[in-house]
Amino acid sequence: MTKPTDSRRQFLQKVALGGAFAGTFSLPVWANQDELSLTDRLPEWMKKPGQDFSNYGQPSPHEQQVIRWISANPDAPGNGVSWTPLHDLQGTITPNGLHYERHHNGVPQIDPAQHLLLIDGLVDRSLSFDVASLLRYPMISRTCFIECGGNSNSGWRSNPIQSKVGYAHGLVSNAEWTGIPLKLLLQEAGIKTDAKWVIAEGADGAALNISIPLEKLLDDAILALYQNGERLRPENGYPMRLVLPGWEGILNIKWLRQLRLTNEPAMSRDETSQYTELQPDGTARQFTFIMEAKSLITSPSLGMMLPDNPGTYQISGLAWSGRGKITRVEISADGGDTWLDAELHGPILDRAFTRFSLPWHWQGDYSVLQSRATDETGYVQPTRDALVNNRGQHGFFHYNAIVSWEITEQGDINHVYGI
Amino acid sequence: MSTGFNVLSSLLLIACFSHSYADAEYQALGKPAEQLSSQAQWNLTITPAGKDLPIGHGSSEQGAKVFAMKCAACHGPAGIGASAEPLLGEVGSLASEYPEKTVNSYWPYATTLFDYIRRAMPIDAPFSLSSNEVYALCAYILSQDDIISADQELNEENLPQVSMPNRDGFIAIYPDKY
Repeated sequence: MTKPTDSRRQFLQKVALGGAFAGTFSLPVWANQDELSLTDRLPEWMKKPGQDFSNYGQPSPHEQQVIRWISANPDAPGNGVSWTPLHDLQGTITPNGLHYERHHNGVPQIDPAQHLLLIDGLVDRSLSFDVASLLRYPMISRTCFIECGGNSNSGWRSNPIQSKVGYAHGLVSNAEWTGIPLKLLLQEAGIKTDAKWVIAEGADGAALNISIPLEKLLDDAILALYQNGERLRPENGYPMRLVLPGWEGILNIKWLRQLRLTNEPAMSRDETSQYTELQPDGTARQFTFIMEAKSLITSPSLGMMLPDNPGTYQISGLAWSGRGKITRVEISADGGDTWLDAELHGPILDRAFTRFSLPWHWQGDYSVLQSRATDETGYVQPTRDALVNNRGQHGFFHYNAIVSWEITEQGDINHVYGI
Repeated sequence: MSTGFNVLSSLLLIACFSHSYADAEYQALGKPAEQLSSQAQWNLTITPAGKDLPIGHGSSEQGAKVFAMKCAACHGPAGIGASAEPLLGEVGSLASEYPEKTVNSYWPYATTLFDYIRRAMPIDAPFSLSSNEVYALCAYILSQDDIISADQELNEENLPQVSMPNRDGFIAIYPDKY
């Protein structure tokens, strides 16, 4: 195998693209020369009425392979995850039926008429809210990603996992969430001055409880009631969930039933034994809320292949940061020796997926494709070596290193940890 | 119809709308919930200080029986893991090449064990265990690594006093190291 000597040469200049296709246009032929009738020339579906209307639309039967991949405990099938198929999607919005799931004990079937949200603890007056009342509050919409703290955790292993992008990195999704700015409800209850934390609890079979700094809830947290325009899906917290833009998934409590204001964290199971990162010296990082900048090339990627050699391919991927907007994504075809800026597709939103792309002219050489994101704070996505040197290999959570796709001379694609 | 009339009706419309907007931005619809807030089903979280621990008690011996019936199928008969996480052993392994995060090696507070078992275990029947059974399970698990002695009964008074081996093993990144 040989490394490319000059990766810049591999990327097509836009000027050259126009020239390449200029000769392919030809004049239309107006005269119909042969005997075939229109009936013979048109596909079946143009010659009869189509299907009836539907009350709720479904994807084409030809897209049935575009699914969440479920990975759950066979002895407790409600405990596990399902992965968003990032490799099958384009744009930035995750369809509601494909938003990733992490459940600790299944999806509760909640009757909204019986569900209450209680706000209590260090407040002037404890208040309960029913769903019908909450639907009357002023609402805002915010497009943001939610990412599980354990997303991409296979990256900590010594050998690169050979899974499609979505099934290794798809515990992240991006949706438009609509709901009530949480500070409205907290202010209605009246916040006491010694309140510093909020214990949020879900109404699922795990009664999942977690401590959140009050500061975040007063900043940009939403009590979400709608997801991409429709009411929340049951697996995303119906009838209501927390959305904390940029903060790890576990804090975005689904099926929210209670917010208790306190002066200290609860030290619950999911903020001590889980979602903490063990380091080589035996200590563990705790309350690591922000999901740092990350990017992935979703195409070409593992499970695909490059059919034409040489050929032109559209490198495309996603970048996001829990600290703000993505400002730059660079792409390398030589395992990180040289980089070129990808085009960022707008609108570039704070703490949301940003789609990037760059045309690539593959010459048939052995290549290693990588993407590297930078966010508006100047944070640059680390290499795997840098991340592992800093954290060791037993942290499990918050893996955000650069992902490398090896392109063989045959056009096959493998996951590697660099050249 | 005259232009003057159109202008006039538009002004009236604007006046109407701005009046209704100006009244109140939204109506506060929260209902007083002091009583609800005091009820047991809204006080599930147990803090490290032991606030809201229910009255009860249980021994390691009793816990071993509950464990065999309700926990061993997933956590293994010896509690060292099967389809679910290991709970026992590996104390002192965290800085080694093969660290194991068990309840006894990793969890900083014994109160968390009560909180979590009661709300989430057994996974097919959360909230089905009595308080005494939960205390007994805590005693059984903790005594297996001598965090408490085998004959010590746990209750709402002494559970928060239990000193876990990894009590000081956590570094809070929020808020100072962000």
